[in-house]
Amino acid sequence: MSIEIKTNSVEPIRQTYGHIARRFGDKPASRYQEASYDLEAKTNFHYRPLWDSEHGLNDPNRTAIRMEDWYAVTDPRQFYYGAYVGNRAKMQEAAETSFGFCEKRNLLGRLPEETQKQLLRLLVPLRHVELGANMNNSKAAGDATATTVAQMHIYQAMDRLGIGQYLSRIALMIDGSTGTSLDESKGYWMDDALWQPMRKLVEDTLVMQDWFELSLVQNVLMDGLLYPLVYEKMDQWLGEQDAEDVSMLTEFMRDWYKESLRWTNAMMKAVAGDSEANRELLQTWIDHWEPRVYDALKPLAEASTGVEALDETRAQLATRLKKFGLNSQGVSA
Amino acid sequence: MPVKNKKLNLKDKYQYLTRDMAWEPSYQKKEDIFPNESFEGIKITDWSQWEDPFRLTMDAYWKYQAEKEKKLYAIFDAFAQNNGHQNISDARYVNALKLFLTGVSPLEHAAFQGYARVGRDFSGAGARVACQMQAIDELRHSQTQQHAMSHYNKHFNGLHDAAHMHDRVWFLSVPKSFFDDARTAGPFEFLTAISFSFEYVLTNLLFVPFMSGAAYNGDMATVTFGFSAQSDEARHMTLGLEVIKFILEQHEDNVPIVQRWIDKWFWRGFRLLSLVGMMMDYMLPNRVMSWAEAWEVYYEQNGGALFKDLERYGIRPPKYQDVANDAKNHVSHQAWATFYQYGHATNFHTWMPEKDELDWLSQKYPETFDKYYRPRFEYWAKEHPEGRRFYNNTLPQLCQVCQIPTIFTEKDDPTVLSHRQIVHEGERYHFCSDGCCDIFKDEPEKYVQAWLPVHQIYQGNCEGGDVETVVSKYYHINIGEDNFEYIGSPDHKRWLSIKGKQSDDKESGSSQDAA
Ligand SMILES: [Fe+2]
Ligand SMILES: [Fe+2]
Ligand SMILES: [Zn+2]
Repeated sequence: MSIEIKTNSVEPIRQTYGHIARRFGDKPASRYQEASYDLEAKTNFHYRPLWDSEHGLNDPNRTAIRMEDWYAVTDPRQFYYGAYVGNRAKMQEAAETSFGFCEKRNLLGRLPEETQKQLLRLLVPLRHVELGANMNNSKAAGDATATTVAQMHIYQAMDRLGIGQYLSRIALMIDGSTGTSLDESKGYWMDDALWQPMRKLVEDTLVMQDWFELSLVQNVLMDGLLYPLVYEKMDQWLGEQDAEDVSMLTEFMRDWYKESLRWTNAMMKAVAGDSEANRELLQTWIDHWEPRVYDALKPLAEASTGVEALDETRAQLATRLKKFGLNSQGVSA
Repeated sequence: MPVKNKKLNLKDKYQYLTRDMAWEPSYQKKEDIFPNESFEGIKITDWSQWEDPFRLTMDAYWKYQAEKEKKLYAIFDAFAQNNGHQNISDARYVNALKLFLTGVSPLEHAAFQGYARVGRDFSGAGARVACQMQAIDELRHSQTQQHAMSHYNKHFNGLHDAAHMHDRVWFLSVPKSFFDDARTAGPFEFLTAISFSFEYVLTNLLFVPFMSGAAYNGDMATVTFGFSAQSDEARHMTLGLEVIKFILEQHEDNVPIVQRWIDKWFWRGFRLLSLVGMMMDYMLPNRVMSWAEAWEVYYEQNGGALFKDLERYGIRPPKYQDVANDAKNHVSHQAWATFYQYGHATNFHTWMPEKDELDWLSQKYPETFDKYYRPRFEYWAKEHPEGRRFYNNTLPQLCQVCQIPTIFTEKDDPTVLSHRQIVHEGERYHFCSDGCCDIFKDEPEKYVQAWLPVHQIYQGNCEGGDVETVVSKYYHINIGEDNFEYIGSPDHKRWLSIKGKQSDDKESGSSQDAA
């Protein structure tokens, strides 16, 4: 038997795509790089949008923020679609175990009625806030002009839908999947004085035009106060109200928020660091919105953890923003 | 509120997990939150009538999609490790991938952006959620296609700068302007264009040809991608059908608007697909079926049944459907003849079919091929070895709407080029057909804006006045590597060496005499 040895043609003629090589050199590229850089159309658009005659398609002027290169904003998690769903699949597996555990033992159905009501009044209405976050991130995904930025926002949008669904399932466990608890909880969102400042804030974000301002308000300021307040401080407080089992069901949100800080921080750092003009603009937006977010959460804090807990999270946010050369009203503890 | 003690059924439960998270706003006006919902004139009286086209909560979505991705990337890894590109039928096949990566993949990205936007625009939360899921799916397609082609790019030319080319190259303005047209339209037209006309009515004519083409030609990476995307596409198709039925059921005033959109997007889709027809009939070394056969099955039969079904809403089959049906015997040949002539300005190679391939075409197109096309192709095939490989050095006249050169012929006379023109506000505009001319007349303000590649070259907006500079500098097409005749090209030589054959020097010299 003779063995034919081919010496030819297995050697690659190039290591990666031209647009990747122009950024990183012609060397083997990561999946994240090939999936994320310079895929979005940049020039020679054919028509102006009928729905926004002042801008073109993929128009960088849909935000007042100016970046020399929006691809400078990257994802430290290196999430392209495959990596993203792979990660979330693992997280949902853990969540499923917890929900299954609670459901099997009817842990929520056995809670005292008063505690159940607290959950429906103080926690479950946040599903509506999540839907607002879902919409706002979908807008940012559609308006952002670099795939690295746009993809982080669509992941965020879908995550928020998922979190809203987990919150809804808490109510479905309480009412035995009849929907009555969700109806009750939505009533608080619509009419209870406790939620009206927050509902107004969410509705105000839904009419914002500038997608980066929107991302800042939604993903940095609102989440930055709300997530630590609700899923850390209020979680503890609920434990003290004999609802410690709920903590299992919000583990996803705690893990998720910790992870989301990685990309929101990277984005803030890149954008604020790009120019003094950007930093000043961000500061103007923070000055305008941060107090509103604080005020919107105050009634919730008053009804649960106490305002000191909210003040603490406010100080944490202030410390975080300081790293980007930005100030907010929180007083560092 | 009514006392409920019955367990929710699946449908109601899904609604609680999606649209019930939305609410009637009172601090801001609904029109300000959803400013794009009404300007197209579509009347929605009751969003609660929206039927969710599929019921997928996010946890299930993450789980299923992650499983699919895991399998897909395992194949990609194996493909690269085993140099799977060596097992394809013939390197000519890779040219179909070049067309796909530069012509189709950027549309996946545009679809991602378009669905993210309409996923915010509708006041019906059920529709928003379905659109957002499609948005992230389309991002998936755009990215997995980059990964599927990544290995090919390392071993063949012409795949190296897809997005850059998509924004500039003359024939890529055909797919780009198609999607730009949809994305600049309002949300209801966008869904009629992409979800219904494209994903539901015509998708089988895009994906089946490419994916079965891949299967027939030993391209495991693309086949696997195709199978993996199939369940996504199934969801996209149900959205397409739901959206059209929903709009039509909401108000009778919607019917004429939707009919106009169906007419427009059918015609635009049909024109776009002539590129796929040419790929099927000419670029696949192992052929799946002819373009005419695909058109008969996937449009005439399936589409026929669909429009029969839509009759009860007062919808008729698309205008100029008869012209399109007749053209199935011509467009692929006319398109290939054009690309053959302009092969110096493409990122893929062209060639004349071999004898058995010509016979196959004669057999598949008994009415037209021998009579109108074969003689010309045989003439060109003879000229090439004589050192006269034919290239056309004049710039073609493009249709103002579909942006294809005006190469198509009249329905009743295949020897006469179809050409229409009108004067609008003192300017003359040219079209390939009545279909495109009508589209212009409906919205002239839109189509006068078109970025026509040939005009742009003449106006000096493409880094040079001569074709060679435009092709190399502006398009990033590497001259002598990506373009020209296949025979004797670097791809061809590399393939011969993979297969352990000597390249024929006489043949390889022949690409030099292009202008
Ligand atoms: Fe797709
Ligand atoms: Fe699709
Ligand atoms: Zn045309």
